[in-house]
Amino acid sequence: MNDRDDDTLLVPLVRLAHGRTGDKGDRSNISVVAWHPALYPLLVEQVTEAAVAAHFAHRRPTQVRRYPLARLHAMNFVLDGVLDGGVNDALNLDSHGKALSFHLLDLTVRVPRALAVHLRGPDELSPTSRSTP
Amino acid sequence: MTHDTLLIGSAAGFSGDRTDAAGPVVDTLIRLGGPAVLIYETLAERTLALAQLARRHDPEAGYEPLLDELVAPVLERCLAHGIRIVSNFGAANPPAAARRIARLARQLGLRAPRIAVVTGDDLSGPEIRADLMARLGAAGDGLEIASANAYIGADGIAEALRAGAEIVVTGRVADPSLTVGPALAHFGWALDDWDRLARATMAGHLLECGAQVCGGYYADPGYKDVPDLARVGYPIARLDADGHCTVMKADGTGGCLDEHTVKEQLLYEVHDPAAYLTPDVVADICDAELRETGPGEVRLTGVRGHARPATLKANVFYHHGWLAEGEISYAGRGAEARARLAAQVLRERLAGCGPIRADLIGVASVFADDAGRWLDAVPPGDARDVRLRVAMNHADRRVAERLPREVTALYTCGPAGGGGVRTAIRERLGTVSCQVPRELARSSVSFIEPEAA
Repeated sequence: MNDRDDDTLLVPLVRLAHGRTGDKGDRSNISVVAWHPALYPLLVEQVTEAAVAAHFAHRRPTQVRRYPLARLHAMNFVLDGVLDGGVNDALNLDSHGKALSFHLLDLTVRVPRALAVHLRGPDELSPTSRSTP
Repeated sequence: MTHDTLLIGSAAGFSGDRTDAAGPVVDTLIRLGGPAVLIYETLAERTLALAQLARRHDPEAGYEPLLDELVAPVLERCLAHGIRIVSNFGAANPPAAARRIARLARQLGLRAPRIAVVTGDDLSGPEIRADLMARLGAAGDGLEIASANAYIGADGIAEALRAGAEIVVTGRVADPSLTVGPALAHFGWALDDWDRLARATMAGHLLECGAQVCGGYYADPGYKDVPDLARVGYPIARLDADGHCTVMKADGTGGCLDEHTVKEQLLYEVHDPAAYLTPDVVADICDAELRETGPGEVRLTGVRGHARPATLKANVFYHHGWLAEGEISYAGRGAEARARLAAQVLRERLAGCGPIRADLIGVASVFADDAGRWLDAVPPGDARDVRLRVAMNHADRRVAERLPREVTALYTCGPAGGGGVRTAIRERLGTVSCQVPRELARSSVSFIEPEAA
């Protein structure tokens, strides 16, 4: 797959949206907030429950649910069972999973060139891949 | 609609938050004028369990350790301007915290404030234990219980304020209830006015993490630039008689408050946006809207409410063994290979102690899982500055202590050039939750006698 063709760009989600992680027990919630209303339909179309579950496969989510909030141009993801027991049991330095929003923001999204004007951050030809083994 | 409004300023979002936040918030409340309340949210789940343990060692301990630092800088101005103070900094010992504030006022040469204490959340007592264990069911089997507290709602705070309290000290009330309580007392809403309670709840939700709505925990250079982050401000909400709120930031502070910072905080720790559960109400933000109404001012509307849950949530903490950790750094040529070899040595030395997690900080760490799937998928590279960190849990402290000893021994027995060993061993507290009937954790309000302090 080319990073760039005539009509579309492949960019990391961080260029379309921002987000924050919260936690309760072994459950993580990650918000995804579009930088511009015109980008929101791309999030709905491409940042699906299945895509997010696959992106977090190494954390073995037992369930991933997505709650769209159209008036806010945002979505809330709830990932169950991804924190190795959370603050009770996890050996992770980040037992709350605070960093996980930045894993989600590495997800690759295909963006029509016409919408590129709404993207945030420096132009990158390819999505970041360093963090994804 | 009336023009009656209530200002609520937030001066702390967790135990460990900055203690110099309140000054600018109070100054702004004074400038804006009108009825105002200052809230401090300082009580995370674990903070409370630790406070319970502290109280068992010392009957006058168990409240927020930084209480003086939080309150002293603004107490005089709050009393002089009628700004009420509401906080859960009472933690496991609200009466002791109230007595401490009374003494503080005396030391500062101030008049004696009317201080109320809200209790009822503590379910740690032996008389409740059997009932609690029955409610936990199988989840409670074999647990050595350290503490138990219910999340109680806003009613006690409202009652205390209506009775004339200038300062209200609570333990485990739900975070948004610190805002709902003052709103109930000020506007006189009914306890089943679900829409208004839900709106005030979400205002409280925006305030409860302090700077997080004002550009704190938000900055991402090049994507989300935040001005003057080192002096990030804390928020103030203006509630109207219908509970709708406008959030803003304390005068003369850094940070930023706009539609995007508010959206991040609005969804923080929310699961189903149609059902944000608190003891006071079930809030529904599915149709919530945010609008920038001026520079650094955002208005929240569209929040709906549904009847509050029939029961209260209780968190039960139990002694859960020991967490052992150790770290060592490798730098320069071959650093990653040496760090990986050190991890292998530790696994062999600690075989039989249970699962060990290894992180290669600088290569793969916090994104990784405890089982090591992520790290295993990272091909060995040539990172030149790597800190190896290992961790394990064990029920037996003596076994857990083997990990720090083995990490320290890497100084002479491990790969070349390892340095900067740090180790730690900590008792772990686990938590399980259950629902309890409201009768088990009724709010109770009392005023402390100034001379008793």
